[in-house]
Amino acid sequence: MIEIEVNGAVRRLNVDPTTPLLYVLRGDLGLHAAKFGCGLGQCGACTVLLDDEPIFSCITPIAAVQARKVTTVEGLGTIEHPGAVQQAFADEQAAQCGYCIPGMMIRAEALLRRTNRPTEAEVRGALQPSLCRCGTHMRILRAVRRAARARGGGVPDPAEPVK
Amino acid sequence: MSVLSRRELLAAGGVVVFFSLVAHAAPQAGETRKGDQGANGPKPVAPGLPGSLSKFPMLDAWIRVAPDGKATIFTGKAELGQGIKTALLQLAADELDLPLSSTTLVTADTGRTVNEGVTAGSHSMQDSGTAIANAAANVRLLLVEAAAARWKLAVEQLGTENGTVRAPDGRTLSYGELANTLSLHVAARTGVARKNPSKRRLIGRDQPRVDIPAKLTGGIAYVHDLTLPGMLHARVIRGPSHGTRWTNLDVGLLARLPGVIKVVRRGRFIAIVGPREWPLIEALRVAGQTKWEPTHDPWPAGDLAAALKQAPAQNLPILQRQAPLAIPPAQIITARYTRPYLMHGSIGPSCAVALFDGENLKIWSHSQGVYPLRDAIAALVRLPPERVRCIHMEGSGCYGHNGADDVAADAALTAIETPGRPIRMLWTREQEHGWEPLGSAMLVELKAGLDPLGHIATWSHDVWSTPHNSRPAGPGDLIAGTELDPPLAPTPPKPIPQPEGGGDRNAIPLYQIPNATVVNHFIPGAFLRVSALRSLGAHMNIFAIESFMDELAAAARHDPVAFRQGHLADSRAKEVIRFAAEQFGWSSYRDRPGRAAGFAFARYKNLGAYCAVAMDVEVDADAGRTIVHRAVAAVDSGDAVNPNGIRNQIEGAIVQSLSWTGIEGVAFDPQHRTSFDWSSYPILRFADVPRSVEVHIVNRPGQPFLGTGEAGQAPSAAALANAIARATGERRREMPIART
Amino acid sequence: MNEAGKAAHHLARAALVALGVIILVFVLFVAWASRPSIAPITPPAANLFPARLVERGAALAKIGNCASCHTASEGPAFAGGVPLATGFGTIYGSNITPDPETGIGRWSQPAFSRALREGVARDGSHLYPAFPYDHFTELSSGDIAALYAYLMTRPAVHRATPANRLVLPLRFRPFIAGWKLLYFRPQPYRGTDLGGYLAEALAHCGACHTPHNKLGAELRGQAYAGGWVDGWYAPPLNRDSPAVRAWTADQLMALLRTGLSTTHAAAAGPMGEVSHNLASAPEPAVRAIATTFARNMADARANRGEPALPDRAAAAAHQHPLGAALFQGACSSCHEPGARMMIEGRPPLEVGSPLHESNPRNTIQIILGGLNSPVGSAGPYMPAFGETFTDPEVAEIVNYLHVRYGTGPSWSNVSADVKRAREGRNP
Repeated sequence: MIEIEVNGAVRRLNVDPTTPLLYVLRGDLGLHAAKFGCGLGQCGACTVLLDDEPIFSCITPIAAVQARKVTTVEGLGTIEHPGAVQQAFADEQAAQCGYCIPGMMIRAEALLRRTNRPTEAEVRGALQPSLCRCGTHMRILRAVRRAARARGGGVPDPAEPVK
Repeated sequence: MSVLSRRELLAAGGVVVFFSLVAHAAPQAGETRKGDQGANGPKPVAPGLPGSLSKFPMLDAWIRVAPDGKATIFTGKAELGQGIKTALLQLAADELDLPLSSTTLVTADTGRTVNEGVTAGSHSMQDSGTAIANAAANVRLLLVEAAAARWKLAVEQLGTENGTVRAPDGRTLSYGELANTLSLHVAARTGVARKNPSKRRLIGRDQPRVDIPAKLTGGIAYVHDLTLPGMLHARVIRGPSHGTRWTNLDVGLLARLPGVIKVVRRGRFIAIVGPREWPLIEALRVAGQTKWEPTHDPWPAGDLAAALKQAPAQNLPILQRQAPLAIPPAQIITARYTRPYLMHGSIGPSCAVALFDGENLKIWSHSQGVYPLRDAIAALVRLPPERVRCIHMEGSGCYGHNGADDVAADAALTAIETPGRPIRMLWTREQEHGWEPLGSAMLVELKAGLDPLGHIATWSHDVWSTPHNSRPAGPGDLIAGTELDPPLAPTPPKPIPQPEGGGDRNAIPLYQIPNATVVNHFIPGAFLRVSALRSLGAHMNIFAIESFMDELAAAARHDPVAFRQGHLADSRAKEVIRFAAEQFGWSSYRDRPGRAAGFAFARYKNLGAYCAVAMDVEVDADAGRTIVHRAVAAVDSGDAVNPNGIRNQIEGAIVQSLSWTGIEGVAFDPQHRTSFDWSSYPILRFADVPRSVEVHIVNRPGQPFLGTGEAGQAPSAAALANAIARATGERRREMPIART
Repeated sequence: MNEAGKAAHHLARAALVALGVIILVFVLFVAWASRPSIAPITPPAANLFPARLVERGAALAKIGNCASCHTASEGPAFAGGVPLATGFGTIYGSNITPDPETGIGRWSQPAFSRALREGVARDGSHLYPAFPYDHFTELSSGDIAALYAYLMTRPAVHRATPANRLVLPLRFRPFIAGWKLLYFRPQPYRGTDLGGYLAEALAHCGACHTPHNKLGAELRGQAYAGGWVDGWYAPPLNRDSPAVRAWTADQLMALLRTGLSTTHAAAAGPMGEVSHNLASAPEPAVRAIATTFARNMADARANRGEPALPDRAAAAAHQHPLGAALFQGACSSCHEPGARMMIEGRPPLEVGSPLHESNPRNTIQIILGGLNSPVGSAGPYMPAFGETFTDPEVAEIVNYLHVRYGTGPSWSNVSADVKRAREGRNP
């Protein structure tokens, strides 16, 4: 029996401890935001927070997650009450197919927990491990800059002027 | 689907959708291979009606109004992430005078919607949007007529607003009340006026997409998220890439692996099924230790362009324009451009869910064409088509024909063998990279003659390409079909005729050139598996043409933008070029060593949206980096329904094309693909996307919709090449052109 | 004056004399340590340098790995700003573009040559030996001229180098003269072997692969016996090489030019940048270096006979069950047989040197930080696990792997080494 804390709730699971967290989130806990993109830690679609750090849930065995806090996009806010990052992505309409966006939002959240005044380079660096194939990058960057402002800060050297 | 009796119709209340059997007829096998990507489906029955109404003229095929006044809109197209769901609802809600929140959209479903063929070729707004807008105008008119009859007033005296019909004296009737008395099983009328553009509430305004909120908050948004009671997971077992197969797979061993409750086997088709995903993933890895062999003659892993030129081809002239020349050209310039195979590279590997109840098969798929897929799968599993239902549910962006159809077939075959249990079949990343049909490798040779004034007097364009369409027309076009015993044969590929074209899409220049020849060398015998990748041949042909235009402009000593303007008669083309150059600041920009601006223009298919792109690019040869500082685009998509949607698509196209053109190329050896994951097929990451991108829309309210999804990739490719040429003095003609 | 007063007076006078002596010694020392400034010049025009010379300089700069310390990641070429962690604090690689204010635009060729040969800047100040002039001193004047031509024809970038953050005494540059007195003599290359020249004088392999003393000087008597850089272990490149597969010239070429040896592993950590630069260096030069080191390792264990490689999976799982479970969940999708990466010929874990080295550091670093393709964007890649796993979890995996595959000496207190690795400390 394994006990993990996800989005503030303790869940008890009878699963093989080698199972990567992604399949537990999606298959056992009904949390579908984190996505399967590669299973290899290359694309970031599966990114969630472990304590405050973004990790690839597709290569994180559940055995390593006990005694640490997991936060998924569902833990950032809901459709009725979106969190600041989700609201910023909605305001910028920062999605085309949207498949990569949960991973992007998690990386943005992790960055903004560290600082609400990240530089442009820090924003791009924080998002670097996550792939987007539709080319939504410009909007994702605008959304992160907007979220930084919503958290009382802002990107001091934005590559695009704030509209 | 049976026709309801009149009693059933009235008993059900409201307005009911049903389809005549005629409208439901499946296209003949092979029909998906004729004509362009988006115009598949049945033949027109009412040619006077606009868009897909010509094929499905009955209003209730498109719109249904419930007793509570809410409207359900039906489209045969699919949401691919391009925002079509929202744009179609904007059209319907505006034309109906309903709030957007009172409308819902049902997308491609062989059980509920019309057959609008494949969602491709940027046809959705043109075909479905036009149909829905006009159907909505028709329905609104019927509601007004019903109210007029009740009140004994003239139709012209009445207005509509917010889901109600209003009389001059203030009386109102809600659509819900009126709908009870109305049958929408009538054909649309020609000439019903659309709403005056000056009165629009929704069309032409930025409208937040209706599908985004769920995608941002973990809602069930993709077929990958679909969970049904009793559902089992499945994985298919194939060789490492298309063109390979396992030899001597130990099926008994597989069946004994933990977590595998069943092995489905039909000929060489092998799938493993189990209640949890992780054990299946581990079982796949065990299976991966099996030896594999190629199933084809060696692929040309060396000089691909030479192999294309030497392959047996149909040589199809698509333009032969001749005019007498007063004097021979003063300069002749030739150039040769190449493109490698490109991947769709969908971020989410393809997925499908299938459920067979012993009689009927239901499949949820992100295929771009659920109707042709349904027919191909029905033939594959030997069920009558009416017992197979294929429902579109979003996947990650597909950008054309990716693994979606094949995985649906894999799911279907597996489901047939496990009746009563829904089967969720998911490809691995390596399978998606290895088996998805690719965008074809291509070669273009251009030759032009300039007259003494620097105008283009002669032009010839030869393009060599393997096919751009192998969408399933029959069961042998699905991978599973080739694994059955005996294997089913694929449909022989055919060129897509002009004016749409496949490898020759956009091969005919829009420029005014008195003597021009264009030949499409169609190579049916593909090496690597190929099919439609967003914009088809346009990416390559425009990369070549627009790079070449810069080379000609340089030879003629003209500014590249002025040179293009001087060869165009199309005023909308000239306007996007002017607008993009102005917004970019083209005339005041100064090139310097290592940093320069590049420009390019195209009208997609010479029929679709107009798009001009200017880019400010720096090349740091020592650090091995190419930096796009700024990209500015102008786009004319006709009547812009959702401007933010258009900007989103063009911004995305620019970045996607920078990746395709700058750094991508499928690696392979004579036996198999060696690009098997993101490490071996890198795509652009955040560090390398432009510093800034601006998109400016030239809106043409009232003009036909031109579609936007494929308009930006082609000019972006050439703008990059032109900027690099001016920054480095090096003309790079062989994609990828900006690899580190 | 009374007795106490006299004693105090004597003491005070002695102190003053002592102080005077110290000051005198100090002044003499500074005078001795100081070197003259060389007059600044107007930045030379790029077209003064022949193209062939510039081209040669470009090649030499690749082999010398200049970008590694002088080009910040995502920064303009050679504009400096790269932090180098030394045992004494952080030094920033300087701007060596021809910018007149923030770069070397005002350096004449003699000034440039003196910097490489003697470790002295144009203004006469001593350069910290983090800049390996103890190697560059052996460069021929022709090669120095080529490097000068190359650097002077790069785009000038106005970017001030951040101030170094060193322990207090070391901020006083004249002390470097003392270091040089003990450990450095300008001298030419004395061998005849091209590969040896390139390795010693230019590529400065010994700066990482040779042990250093506590003051950061190379122990020349133990050439290529292994060293430390940026928290990574640079293994021996001599008969003590821990490799379990032979380092032939061809395999060394593959590592240096492509970042991957299929009979060993990918170039990781600081070696990744070396491969990145050597990939575009002239082929014969890299081959010469590869041949030299293959010869240097001719007597190494694997070059004499490749040992059989154990796979003690059961024992490892028994001794480290958590490590086995973590490996299964996190690593098997890439590293176990049947994984696509393995089918495509990427080397299995057991043939790489890290699991056979004298210490666990490289294994730890790769797990913590992952690996990016050293050469080109398509190539070996591994995600970072530093945030995924705690120190004990990393240690468990490392111990599991060592029991399963290791053939070298045993590793103790791996958990503590994980902590040191995270802090970027050499042991």
